[in-house]
Amino acid sequence: MDLRFSAEDEAFRMKARAWLEAHVPKTALPSGDTREGFAKHLEWERALFDARWAVVAWPREYGGRAASLMQWLIFEEEYWRAGAPQRVTQNGVFLLAPTIFSFGTQAQKDRLLKPIAAAECLWAQGWSEPEAGSDLASLRSYAVRVDGGFRLYGQKTWTTRGAFCEKIFGPFRTDPKAPAHAGLTYFLVPLHAEGVSVRGCARLDGDEGFADVFLDGVFVPDDDVLGGVGNGWKVAMSTTSSERALSLRAPGRFMATAERLRALCAESPRGADPVLRDRVVRAILDAEAYRFHTFAIATRMQAGVDLGPEASLSKLFWSEMDVSMHETALALLDEASALQNAWSKQYQFALAGPIYAGTNEIQKNVVAERVLGLPRK
Amino acid sequence: MHFALTSEQELARNALRELLTEHCTAAQLRRVFEADEPVRVPGLWAKLHELGVIGALAPEAVGGLGLNAIDLTVLLEETGRAGVPELVVETAAVAVPLLAALPNEPRAAQALEQILAGELSVTTALGPVGIARAGLGLGGESAAGAEQHTQHPSPALTDGAAGAPLSRGRSAEPQVLAPDAVLAGFVLCEHRGEVHLRNARQVRLAPVESVDRARRLYSVDLDASTSAATRLAAGPLAQQLLAAARDHAALGTAAQLVGLGHRMLDLTINHVKTRKQFGQAIGVFQAVKHQLVDARLALEFASPLVYRAAHSIAHEDPERSLHVSMAKAFASEAALLAARKALQLHGAIGYSYEYALQLYMKRAWALAAAHGDALAHRTRIAEVMLTAQGERYA
Repeated sequence: MDLRFSAEDEAFRMKARAWLEAHVPKTALPSGDTREGFAKHLEWERALFDARWAVVAWPREYGGRAASLMQWLIFEEEYWRAGAPQRVTQNGVFLLAPTIFSFGTQAQKDRLLKPIAAAECLWAQGWSEPEAGSDLASLRSYAVRVDGGFRLYGQKTWTTRGAFCEKIFGPFRTDPKAPAHAGLTYFLVPLHAEGVSVRGCARLDGDEGFADVFLDGVFVPDDDVLGGVGNGWKVAMSTTSSERALSLRAPGRFMATAERLRALCAESPRGADPVLRDRVVRAILDAEAYRFHTFAIATRMQAGVDLGPEASLSKLFWSEMDVSMHETALALLDEASALQNAWSKQYQFALAGPIYAGTNEIQKNVVAERVLGLPRK
Repeated sequence: MHFALTSEQELARNALRELLTEHCTAAQLRRVFEADEPVRVPGLWAKLHELGVIGALAPEAVGGLGLNAIDLTVLLEETGRAGVPELVVETAAVAVPLLAALPNEPRAAQALEQILAGELSVTTALGPVGIARAGLGLGGESAAGAEQHTQHPSPALTDGAAGAPLSRGRSAEPQVLAPDAVLAGFVLCEHRGEVHLRNARQVRLAPVESVDRARRLYSVDLDASTSAATRLAAGPLAQQLLAAARDHAALGTAAQLVGLGHRMLDLTINHVKTRKQFGQAIGVFQAVKHQLVDARLALEFASPLVYRAAHSIAHEDPERSLHVSMAKAFASEAALLAARKALQLHGAIGYSYEYALQLYMKRAWALAAAHGDALAHRTRIAEVMLTAQGERYA
């Protein structure tokens, strides 16, 4: 056990810090979940990519730096510490790309990865359907075999940033006779094509961050099947494993929130209240625990251990921590918590955490059955 | 950055786990718990000594193993898991390094020799942490800061806003408690900022009825039991030694709490898999599952803070005291949560005196309060982190 970073890792941190300090926009960008904000975020994403900071852990040929997992965690600490923008490429970079690395053909890797990193092709996650949320395997959208590919039908919903993206990825039913988890295939689907219509809709916070995607016979070539016909569930589970643990929510994000909370406590007229101070300390403790837990996980992953269902422990922890940190911030703001400001806005976003990426009720079932070994029936 | 146990640490952990599975069973723990007079588990101390637990932190030159705080933390977590009713933390984590730091003090050297020979254990009387802020300085600068606390009321205590006005206007002196003092060879205590060591038989002790009867507490009359002859250190040296002793005690206790929490969780998992109601194992119900996950989650995230604090002590990190407080605060709450969930999910079975859960649960209650409870440690963290200006993660 050695919890100190190597000189090489420290040098990497300093390099990232220096670049971020010089390039992070001085004033916060408008929300990436609005049309004007999305365009601004794309400029930022392209600047990140040009300087090779968009996907540090990827191989160099796809625009990365071949950085280690620990270095990626360091980069994330620096990224959020610098107050850099939310990543609108997130679903492509952190959810689809790891799935492509695991299941894609060489041709798919060569064709798809770099445009993801460069924010040239923006991806949304096409999973949920009106009748298939937590019970994903009950999804009804389907694909019909045609010459050279498939035609897709059905509806995906609550598709984050779907109205601004070019493509979606997700499972569709290709064998209606097979049991729920079988007979699914993972498709990469164009949104700006004949047979698709997208309708943006507002989320809790009022931004047009959601979309309904209606599929009426859109054509998807065989080349855009990921992981083989009939393997959709397995491929989807690989995406969820990325989604729940490290790649979606690195500790740096919460360390930055804890730090902002500490600053808020220092300047807030209520900051001397011992009850509120105790809550701020709890936030700091949670962020520290999550940070070091992640280092332990990353150590195991670097040794080749597959995290599997344990990823759900991380998801449960960070999502509840994020809500609780923001609740504390609102308490420090007192009556001003009723105003539209960065904290109240981010509180509403934090509230989505226990819902997306698999609701926490589902995560608890996963941990109970697959980590603790409790009976399913 | 490499956050994993070494293969040696895993081997030592497995060896100790195996030993305790055989030699510190729930039945043996219950005999200690139920005995009228204080008793020990026969032969257990000798076995712990033989395995190197007791002398882990002592330098090899004086007959110890020369291991570090991480190695010992691994072992202490196991002693917690088994509910070991012995003064392992007090002796191995607190007394041994303190005495080893005083090689020129003949009484310390002699006591250390007896401890490392496996003859004697040590109990500690370091005073409650929750209100006695004195001596709770942090890290390298602790000595000076702590001394100021002793001599003057701290600013936090006078301005009322951030301090703990609980102690104001309350005249009762807190009891100074030492666990299992009549079974110990020595009592190591803090008195008026000094470090004292005395043969336990010469210390004035009053038994006080304890919730955990396998860790019986004694009230120590420090005025009557200490003198110039029992003093090991005074002044800045004493402050330094006491700050380290409190860190070691809190960290070792935190490690035991994590082990205890896992023990209670395992007991409960086994229970809900076998207990049938409504024609099925109750572990099928989500209301049961989710409570167990809550307990596991708390323990899962306590552990890295405990090992991080151990690492900070092993490497003399200037912020080690802060890290210890984080570990003890988190581990205390995690173990209490595990206890609460374990009891609830065992139903009336767990509530019965005959069932083993109470042995571990009562230890968890006691240790969560020992050497600073969660609130005391969070208060200490607040004093450091919420007053200093500037960036934390710079």
